[in-house]
Amino acid sequence: MDAINSITNANAEAVLFYAFAGMAAISALLLVLSRNIVRTAVCLLFTLMGVAGLYFLLHAEFLAAVQLVVYAGGTLILIIFGVMLTSKSPFSKFEPKPGEVAIALVVGTVLFAALVLALHSFPFPAAEPNLEGKYPLLALGQALLGDYLIPFEIASVLLLVVMIGAAYLAKGRRHEAEDLKLGRTPASKTMRQWS
Amino acid sequence: MNVLAITVTTIGLHHYLVLGAFLFVCGLMTILLKRNAIGILMGVELVLNAANVNLVAFNYFSYAGTHGEPALNGQIFAVFVIVLAAAEAAVALAIFLNFYNNFTTIDVERASNLKG
Repeated sequence: MDAINSITNANAEAVLFYAFAGMAAISALLLVLSRNIVRTAVCLLFTLMGVAGLYFLLHAEFLAAVQLVVYAGGTLILIIFGVMLTSKSPFSKFEPKPGEVAIALVVGTVLFAALVLALHSFPFPAAEPNLEGKYPLLALGQALLGDYLIPFEIASVLLLVVMIGAAYLAKGRRHEAEDLKLGRTPASKTMRQWS
Repeated sequence: MNVLAITVTTIGLHHYLVLGAFLFVCGLMTILLKRNAIGILMGVELVLNAANVNLVAFNYFSYAGTHGEPALNGQIFAVFVIVLAAAEAAVALAIFLNFYNNFTTIDVERASNLKG
């Protein structure tokens, strides 16, 4: 009975792995192939969700939640806002040149083949799941505020710096409207004359 | 019993590493192929996610836990990678907005002012 249970568990894990991995891989492939930037963003969303599912399978529940909240909920929304702000029509397309496509295909195929071959020839020790900790979340919190306290604090300072820096960088555009109102040449026009 | 045992496919470290390699290559090709700066940013996010998959998989399948404590280094690295990715996306988008305001396009091919 125990053997059958463990077999069904392993099968369920395999099915879930292939479902999440397939979702992540297929949408990553679509992300490369898609020419439409909005569709690309949606593909990225599905890739991130597939990776979050894999984190659940790897018993990294906290990371899965962080992935969904920070990546899918925060970073991706930021990216979509960027898409909407930076294109007159959000469906504008930039086609790559055929030469670039050829180079990218060669680099991608060779790199993927090399990585898979290296993985299959490298003798990883017989891997067994590491399930020793009973409460990984507790241990994770203790490690973040214990052994990793200094990186943790540096990360918070970094986030503050990034917030101020991004706000400063993004607000620099109001000068142009003032220039136009006063009849001067806007900064962007002079920049293009120099180039 | 034997028939059942044959159908079992155990998901090991290799499966996750191959998926990580695939995501990495997809991200790299996105960076190479997209001319939209935000598309390139998405490629970078994909590469970071591939690295995160590898980190968490190695963390799960490792023996690093000592004295009965769980091994968590990989997960903590992944947390920091996510934090840095969010910060990077914010700054990159601010730069792209400035770029768009100066050039009225987001095509990276046009950013050639510093070309000699």
